[in-house]
Amino acid sequence: MNTGGWSRFNIASVTLGFAFLYLPILLLVIYSFNASRLVTVWGGFSTQWYAALLQNQGLLDAAWVTLQVALVSATVATVLGTLAALALTRYTRFRGRILFSGMVFAPLVMPEVITGLSLLLLFVAIGLDRGMLTVTLAHITFAMCFVAVVVQSRLLTFDRSLEEAAMDLGATPVKTFFAITLPVIAPAIISGWMLAFTLSLDDLVIASFTSGPGATTLPMKIYSQVRLGVTPEINAICTILIAIVATGVIIASLVNKRREVQRLRDEQAAGRA
Amino acid sequence: MTIPVAPGTDIPTKNESRPVWSRGILRALSSRLVILVPYLWLLAFFLVPFAIVVKISFSQTTLAIPPYTPVLEGVGSLWQNLREFSFDNYLWLTQDALYFNAYVTSVVIAAVSTVLALLVGYPLAYGVARAPSALRPLLLMLVILPFWTSFLIRVYAWIGILKPEGLLNQFLMAIGLIDQPLLIMNTYTAIFIGIVYSYLPFMVLPLYAALEKMDYSLIEAAQDLGCTRSSAFWKITFPLSRPGIIAGCMLVFIPAVGEFVIPDLLGGSQTLMIGKTLWNEFFANRDWPVSSAVAVILLLLLVVPIMIFQQAQARQQEQGR
Repeated sequence: MNTGGWSRFNIASVTLGFAFLYLPILLLVIYSFNASRLVTVWGGFSTQWYAALLQNQGLLDAAWVTLQVALVSATVATVLGTLAALALTRYTRFRGRILFSGMVFAPLVMPEVITGLSLLLLFVAIGLDRGMLTVTLAHITFAMCFVAVVVQSRLLTFDRSLEEAAMDLGATPVKTFFAITLPVIAPAIISGWMLAFTLSLDDLVIASFTSGPGATTLPMKIYSQVRLGVTPEINAICTILIAIVATGVIIASLVNKRREVQRLRDEQAAGRA
Repeated sequence: MTIPVAPGTDIPTKNESRPVWSRGILRALSSRLVILVPYLWLLAFFLVPFAIVVKISFSQTTLAIPPYTPVLEGVGSLWQNLREFSFDNYLWLTQDALYFNAYVTSVVIAAVSTVLALLVGYPLAYGVARAPSALRPLLLMLVILPFWTSFLIRVYAWIGILKPEGLLNQFLMAIGLIDQPLLIMNTYTAIFIGIVYSYLPFMVLPLYAALEKMDYSLIEAAQDLGCTRSSAFWKITFPLSRPGIIAGCMLVFIPAVGEFVIPDLLGGSQTLMIGKTLWNEFFANRDWPVSSAVAVILLLLLVVPIMIFQQAQARQQEQGR
């Protein structure tokens, strides 16, 4: 453990870095409680913009669409992404592996306009009507790659002798996977699901290309209002979304930490026994 | 098209308690499914769509499919389009200087933003890596947390800060630093700020991963041997963190070239970036073949950076094994 190396320069750069990262979000949250309609003039504390949100039916509809798409696409993406991670870490030689790993990593950096346009053209070519289904399919495709990367990094540090022991004792590969592998990589799978969920919740560009009438998502709705200018209502929606995501991430990391502590304790107990 | 084949040699086979053939079939089947399902999905929804983009980019503009055509007609005209192969759309891109300028501007903006993100991200990543180890998980989570909050929201937050009557100008005028509001909104500066801000976690995380693994006694040794602080940094820390620098820069540069939201919301109507051009070509002009051609050229521009990223990723995998 090296604590002596944290110089004043390090502390200053960390402080400034975090100020840069968090100040804009903090200001946005503060101004969502502004009584004045002029967003940048402080007119006293008020929660009126939150009350106004509940009256906005279009916004609520969009939120419901977004939630359904995010739940379904995150779940399917997690299954596919976990399979992809297993394929990449467990099978080092199969025909087309280079193409496969390319297809897993490329969507991580692919500009969204390209992904959106290409998926839209596919849906038109196969005659699939644009709507919630097409947005969900699109979100599964790019989110599964993020899940694959998260799960893969856990699998790379996985002690495979556990699996070998189970199979030596007569477990089938499938049984070994469910009894040994899955519980160990579960935290990574959960954080993969959460990542997929928030990616779907946030996506504007791909959804704009692949969605049709009647399937407007929340980011599309927010975007169309943002283009008209900054309003306190948008600040209020954004604050709610930030609160939901922050709570989710903090709870997940606490749960993860507790599991980690538990695991270490179990291992120590096992070591003594 | 290649079909993945299970290696069958990966799983050790010892102490078979069942008939060999039943284990063999189960293993072959499960391993084949593990590979096949995600493989086919990505082929269908990632590779095939690209093929369609390429094909449509070679179709004739006059036969462009307007959005929302009836499904059957859409497919019919699509196939008709494909038969009439033409370079018209690419010629069109070379004739109008707008596209060329948009590509150049995008690459320059992305490159400048990447360098700025490295300058901001390196000290931050270094500070987090050198933090007391009890504090590190918390700091790391603080780096990642903004990445989880919506991209759109984070860009939107800057509008209220940067606009002429916004919070930054109010603040600077209140402390008497300036008399006239700074015009940052709708300029390249606003785009730089937006990209650096939005992509900073992508830069910091790989840098942190590289810096955290580093053995800091090397620096002490160098200083004991008479190296100054800065020469120790350039001779030891910087070269050792190079994999992180490459990965971080690619993770910022590649998506930034095709960025749409940031130039659209912060850059105003005059700034020309290719992602925005593609969006306008598609949604405003409804010219699908030209927007496909724009996408193909954009992808060609990004092939080299994407390959560098893939290689860095593959090397990391090798190390982890």
